[in-house]
Amino acid sequence: MRHSLTNKFLPAVAVGALVLAACGSDDDASSSDETSSGESDCGATVEDGVLTVATGEPAFFPWVIDDDPSSGEGFEAAVAYAVAAEMGYEGDAVKWVRTTFDEAIQPGAKDFDINLQQYSITPERQENIDMSLPYFTSNQAIVALSGSAAEGATSIADLKDVKFGAQAGTTSLQFITDVIEPSSEPFVYDDNVGAKAALEANQIDAAVFDLPTALYVSAVEIEGSSVIGQFPAEAGGTTDEFGMVLAKDSALTGCVNDAITAITASGALADINAEWLADNTGAPVISE
Amino acid sequence: MSQLTRRQEYERGRRRRGAVIASASTIIVVTAVIVLVPRFEGWSRVRKAFFDREVFLDSFPRLLEAFWLDIQIFLWSTPLIFALSLAIAIARNTRSPALFPLRAFAVIYTDVFRGVPVILIIFLIGFGVPGLFDSRAWSNPLIWGTVALVLSYSAYVSEVIRAGIDSVHESQRAAARSLGMTGNQTMASVVLPQAMRRIVPPLMNSLVSLQKDVALVSLIGPVEILRRAGIEKSNFANFTPYLGAALIFLILTIPCTRLADWLLARERRRTGATAVA
Repeated sequence: MRHSLTNKFLPAVAVGALVLAACGSDDDASSSDETSSGESDCGATVEDGVLTVATGEPAFFPWVIDDDPSSGEGFEAAVAYAVAAEMGYEGDAVKWVRTTFDEAIQPGAKDFDINLQQYSITPERQENIDMSLPYFTSNQAIVALSGSAAEGATSIADLKDVKFGAQAGTTSLQFITDVIEPSSEPFVYDDNVGAKAALEANQIDAAVFDLPTALYVSAVEIEGSSVIGQFPAEAGGTTDEFGMVLAKDSALTGCVNDAITAITASGALADINAEWLADNTGAPVISE
Repeated sequence: MSQLTRRQEYERGRRRRGAVIASASTIIVVTAVIVLVPRFEGWSRVRKAFFDREVFLDSFPRLLEAFWLDIQIFLWSTPLIFALSLAIAIARNTRSPALFPLRAFAVIYTDVFRGVPVILIIFLIGFGVPGLFDSRAWSNPLIWGTVALVLSYSAYVSEVIRAGIDSVHESQRAAARSLGMTGNQTMASVVLPQAMRRIVPPLMNSLVSLQKDVALVSLIGPVEILRRAGIEKSNFANFTPYLGAALIFLILTIPCTRLADWLLARERRRTGATAVA
């Protein structure tokens, strides 16, 4: 039967050889920065005269209130309108769409101009997408049920034997694995809803969120839970800086950055923060 | 090797010719793809997003490591699925009037667990049942994720087994009973052995499917390869880790599918059918 076997695999071998050949010609370092103009152009939007802003589905409190960003209520909804106004898009000239994380990073034409849903700015991500200047800086915070192994922790050393959970693709997860380094591998969920379900099902001791989310989860969503600690950068934590996602080499990036700089300088951003985000001074600080 | 007959010579020639044609057409198609795809204006973007060499090399070892969890879930759920689906199939094949409740249960079981998507079963059992326990050991998502997979897959596999049992001719049962075998003996030593041989290919099919679906357990927390790829994707904002994960799955599933093909071919030979080119 040997001959029939070789015959059968000959086409497959041919494909393999060709694929290898194709991969070999991979090194021509071309075409990566052909369009990086550096010039800001506030008119270069997806839809003429309209700024299309993307957020998650659903969008969560306190970032967007009642999953209705067009109301302008909630921190990110308000920031989007403030930035849009700086760029010259007022009221009805702002249109909302919903995307997942993957839609925000996939190659090809985007159906949004800016996308904000608590994207942390990291150098790795900036290789593949444009990220604006930060519009918010958050500490990481731990939420646990009363009586959990994490309760009463005051230092990272107290947290080593805690079973953690976090949402995939967040810096909260990186924070667990890189800073806390717990003895058991953290569980990871599609979204914060999964992390909250696991907390309630007693599958994890504690979940890590950004501080505003943590304050909301503990105060409203999960009975008997509390923020047992937040980690400022100076205490060995990693602070998260949220930036807006734009298509790689977008002509809008410079314009968006100018707008964020302007609302930061004018104090408008601080006012929005004070209006929509809970005062976080009550949450205890955990040190290294 | 002995001298080939003229007929065998002729057939060998035809096979060679077929292989050459297949290779040539394959080369043409693949070349066309390799030549044409890079001509799309967005190819450099797509190449960077899906075929980034550095991201691939960086993430691949962690993907491989996470794959071990998939293999473990696969290894311990397979025998459970087989045992449960065999029990369900046999329950459904009972003939005694007194066992009607058992048959009804088997029917309802297959209806329910084939009717609900695996993902939903994993969410419902994976997050729902652990709430009953205070002990962390019993609320482990690996346990309940596996239970969900076993429940779902048993419903499918039991139908395959039932089809196998039904495919054994009634005269086989009659002959066994006339030899004085009891119903159970007939099932165990006459019907099942024949049925099992016939359903090996579809069973392999279910196993290949299970090899991929174990990744769904990641929905309730454990970090296996699909989740690990998603984490790497988010960290790099690049889809190349998904390609790495797909390759790792192929390394496992292709040998399994080839094995299933081989078993199917062997079964054809055994049952006397010849392949018509």
